[in-house]
Amino acid sequence: MGEAIAFYTLSALILLFAILVISVRNTVHSVLFLVANFLFVAALYVLLGAQFLAMIQVLVYAGGIVVLYLFVVMLVKLKQPETHRDPQRRSRLGLALALAVLAEFVVIALYGFVTPAPAGAARPTDAALAVHNVQEIGWALYTDFLVPFEVASILLLVAMIGAIVLARRGM
Amino acid sequence: MIELIVFPLLKIVFILTGVLVAVMYMVLLERKVQAWIQVRLGPMRVGPHGLLQPVADVLKLFVKEDITPTRADKYVYTAAPIIVLVPALIAFAVIPFGSEVHLFGVEIPLYLTDINVGLLYIISVASLGVYGIILGGWSSNSKYPLLGSLRASAQLISYEVAVVMTLIVVVLLAGSLSMVGIVEAQLASGVWFGFVQPLALLIYVVGALAETNRAPFDMPEAEQELVAGFHTEYSGMRFALFFLAEYTNMIVVSSVAVTIFFGGWLRPFPNVAALGFLDLVPGFVWFVGKTFFVLYLFLWIRATFPRYRYDQLMRLGWKVLIPLAIANIVVTGAVKVLL
Repeated sequence: MGEAIAFYTLSALILLFAILVISVRNTVHSVLFLVANFLFVAALYVLLGAQFLAMIQVLVYAGGIVVLYLFVVMLVKLKQPETHRDPQRRSRLGLALALAVLAEFVVIALYGFVTPAPAGAARPTDAALAVHNVQEIGWALYTDFLVPFEVASILLLVAMIGAIVLARRGM
Repeated sequence: MIELIVFPLLKIVFILTGVLVAVMYMVLLERKVQAWIQVRLGPMRVGPHGLLQPVADVLKLFVKEDITPTRADKYVYTAAPIIVLVPALIAFAVIPFGSEVHLFGVEIPLYLTDINVGLLYIISVASLGVYGIILGGWSSNSKYPLLGSLRASAQLISYEVAVVMTLIVVVLLAGSLSMVGIVEAQLASGVWFGFVQPLALLIYVVGALAETNRAPFDMPEAEQELVAGFHTEYSGMRFALFFLAEYTNMIVVSSVAVTIFFGGWLRPFPNVAALGFLDLVPGFVWFVGKTFFVLYLFLWIRATFPRYRYDQLMRLGWKVLIPLAIANIVVTGAVKVLL
């Protein structure tokens, strides 16, 4: 019961802040609402028993990436969006994208209903797993998901080197 | 019921009052220590030896006029000091001030909570404080605050990397992210991690100085260049919140240093049985004593070191501390696997 109340409150807040992010005019305010949104998503993770993920969400997204957004927004004087010849163009594109995402969600939801969850994938409600959250994630990352993990790390390395090369060329 | 709601609430009240009083007297201590080092007396007028000076300061800040610049972004300008202070205060939720005490037959642990990601929690809430600094500088709509806040945020982001990398070594040694777990690991291994990892301790202390904007890394508020940095336009109670946050952050980083490098509430040499009589002193006292030693170190450094130049600061962070921290992780990991 309490969990359900917390879940719906958090979800409502997440949606509210998400709407505020795209509806306010001031870009800095928009970034701030994005931070609030991320913090409530982190609270949702805590509710699911994924404390490690929640902390990483706060540290990486709220505390790291969005700070850089804020830098860009503050330093680059954003002009009012120039009016395109065809004012309807953006909304048409937006509608198409929104429909695509909606279709995706519907397919995922349907797929979830059709295929029953495998027995082993039950939610880790037992205390032992909840306590050893971090160990479980580390274990999974370095055994079952080792290849995707290493591929992701190479991707990040390439991105980092690319950024350094681009920055040096500018000098 | 009483254990779920009343005890935690009482603890929150105790921790908050304790921290805020400690902050008030940290300001006095800072002025006194600076004065003694410079062969002055420091505040002497209010109360015996100036002991009531913090009370006078707080009263003054309360009744001062609260000014908002005309062209400031009002909401963000109001929110910024709050955003700085709140993360600093909630970090105390996981700091273990001692192990258990027995009071009226009830066993009360001297920490608000012990979560399994405690250290990560402190790192992540600390990373939120930078918003208040950026926003305070930006929303004032004034050039010195903006420059100050840009410097501060660049500095905080850079040094955060080095500090977090260093803390990984401690987690490797302790095998736990829980603050209580880290102290217990030090008890089990019989030696404070500060002695096992002097390099990590050094990087942490340098990083902590930079993270709290303290001298010799107090570029964000270099008076000669930037008036007062990001809080130039603030006055009255809102300025006091920034001030409070700075000192609260100092206490946070000192308590974290004590917990992970100086054995938290443990007595010195926890493995030497001959010194068992030291256990007569409660763990809480050891913890507070060590924390004040680290805080004193902060004041001592401020009084004796000149300020770094901004480019030197960035070079130190990115080209010295971060590579050292990474090398430390590799070496510690290798040693741990081999032994």
